[in-house]
Amino acid sequence: MSGTFVGMPAFPTAAREALADSQLRHNLAHATGTIRAKRARVVAEVEDWEELRLAGAAVKERALLDLDTQLVRLEETLTANGATVHWARDAAEANAIVASIAKAHDAQEVVKVKSMVTQEIGLNEALAADGIAAWETDLAELIVQLGDDLPSHILVPAIHRNRAEIREIFRSRMAAAGRPAPIDLTDEPAVLAAAAREHLREKFLRAKVGVSGANFAVAETGTLVVVESEGNGRMCLTLPEVLVSVVGIEKVVSRWEDLDPLLRLLPRSSTGERMNPYTSTWSGITPGDGPQEVHVVLLDNGRTRALADEVGRQALRCIRCSACLNVCPVYERTGGHAYGSVYPGPIGAILNPLLKGVGHDDQIDSLPYASSLCGACFEVCPVRIDIPSVLVDQRAQVVDAHRGGVPKPEGAAMKGAAYVLGRSRRLSALERLTGLGMRFARRFGPSAWTGARDLPEAPEESFRAWWQRTDGGRKDDA
Amino acid sequence: MTDARTEILARVREALAGSAIDIPEPATPRDLAPVVTPDVIDLFAERVADYRAVVERCGVDEVAERVAAALPPGQVVVPPGLSIRVADAVVDDGSLTAAELDRIAAVVTEARVGIAETGTIVLDHTADQGRRAISLVPDTHVCVVREDQVVADVPDAIAVLDPARPQTWISGPSATSDIELDRVEGVHGPRTLHVLVVAGKR
Ligand code: SF4
Repeated sequence: MSGTFVGMPAFPTAAREALADSQLRHNLAHATGTIRAKRARVVAEVEDWEELRLAGAAVKERALLDLDTQLVRLEETLTANGATVHWARDAAEANAIVASIAKAHDAQEVVKVKSMVTQEIGLNEALAADGIAAWETDLAELIVQLGDDLPSHILVPAIHRNRAEIREIFRSRMAAAGRPAPIDLTDEPAVLAAAAREHLREKFLRAKVGVSGANFAVAETGTLVVVESEGNGRMCLTLPEVLVSVVGIEKVVSRWEDLDPLLRLLPRSSTGERMNPYTSTWSGITPGDGPQEVHVVLLDNGRTRALADEVGRQALRCIRCSACLNVCPVYERTGGHAYGSVYPGPIGAILNPLLKGVGHDDQIDSLPYASSLCGACFEVCPVRIDIPSVLVDQRAQVVDAHRGGVPKPEGAAMKGAAYVLGRSRRLSALERLTGLGMRFARRFGPSAWTGARDLPEAPEESFRAWWQRTDGGRKDDA
Repeated sequence: MTDARTEILARVREALAGSAIDIPEPATPRDLAPVVTPDVIDLFAERVADYRAVVERCGVDEVAERVAAALPPGQVVVPPGLSIRVADAVVDDGSLTAAELDRIAAVVTEARVGIAETGTIVLDHTADQGRRAISLVPDTHVCVVREDQVVADVPDAIAVLDPARPQTWISGPSATSDIELDRVEGVHGPRTLHVLVVAGKR
């Protein structure tokens, strides 16, 4: 029942449309500004933040570079803990697995925790085609789902809606999905949240099957981790008899202690809190407590393609905190929809081409150009993904792909530059030991990009050219 | 056709083949105060309160009385191993359904660890805390944390927690900022979190 990104116009067109929407621009500027300030405050509290970032990047990198061993280990420990492990090469396989589990329990509906991976694979639509309703239970996702809409931000997916619109959506749509909104519904956020609580509680209490993603999967212990705020995650992970978690293979970390830097980095980077309200961990089945049938679907869907890209594979470290969105001058003014994917913003601009490959879809090919290469995303990224370097490398790949695979001299030069710059920022033993990396990146980072700014563009008007010509959409487009 | 598992693992190996792989050893900073000092307890109380939870400190002989005072009208559920006496409470034997729990007003539990830096309480759902559902469905959660359970920061907690146990890390009451970024306390989890920090050993 929700919309789809397929067939979206390419980034410049979608961005122009989004910029025309003043409500969206206002909401986004407010949201990104507020979250940026909160993040800065709590990050400043942590004295060893830069060391923590290095540690976070290292635990993710360590697991990725040893991914086959880690996945086999995860399967072993999960199985030993009583969970059933499934493997899915692509979206269709993953969806079929979830549907068959629901059908085996005669479930007509499942309750879902907000999860980007299930959006990526279009699980709700696939289940609907099988006659199974998938209820989103995160407040923002509920707003998006009831509004038959698309999420626009990783963290606050309904940020493009204001309170009056949300009230209208609840009033007109809740009844068809279950418990109707109260007649005296106002547009006070607390009142709207209470209406969502009542509406969803009915579903939590009767649900037989819960569906989740996972923020982290610990190979050594067979533990999955879900980080959330509202408690809808706890509901979905605790009350149903059956739990199915769809987990991208890049979510694995090797050891229990590896959660330590990540659980410190994620909430501060994401919501700007010292810790998010709720984190749930579970290791398979606990007799007498929670779901007694636990499934884990390990999903590839392009991740091995990204892993094969030596420059780009660092994008798989992403812990979906959305800090890079909130600092991005492009994202702030265009919003998430313009990226045409569940992964918006700077990370989306590299992750989508990496997962899907370039050269066969204009929308995807336009994404590496959706940036002014200012470098702010790298500065805030808790796992130190060097998004600008990957963007430049992706541009080279787009240029190559459009020449039938024959590299242009400029394309090759750009790739070389990206490689060298990428290398200079890659984790090295020196960085880890001394924290020199940050000083190095600060000195050479952004300025190193001035050279890259005049590299060749994609066919037609590039995003960046459009951005400059119109002053980021502030000037008229004509 | 090969099965998905074989194919994915083969793709992973192929993707990594040829890369010079130098697996970095993570070095998480751990130079944090390992001992429980009065400052840590103060910080814990302050940080929990920051999330708009109710925080009270008391001596061990006052606990039962403070718990009683913190409870709202209505039925109370307690885990089977709770060390505090709560008058007229339903002791969970695992048979209450979610719908039955929904008619219960409050739950009293103990905790496994308190984390000062982040104002977090960690439950590992052993007998003094009970299964996950009882501390989730009722609208008020009264949680008793002993001072000697409070650690300085996340790494100290990770070190004492057993990954085999299901865990719930709680930092304040349930909250959302999904509507115009206005923070609203209380969506699906307990809307009231009342934390009692108890001096002295059990
Ligand atoms: S790329 Fe980095 S900053 Fe952006 S969402 Fe991922 S982890 Fe966060």
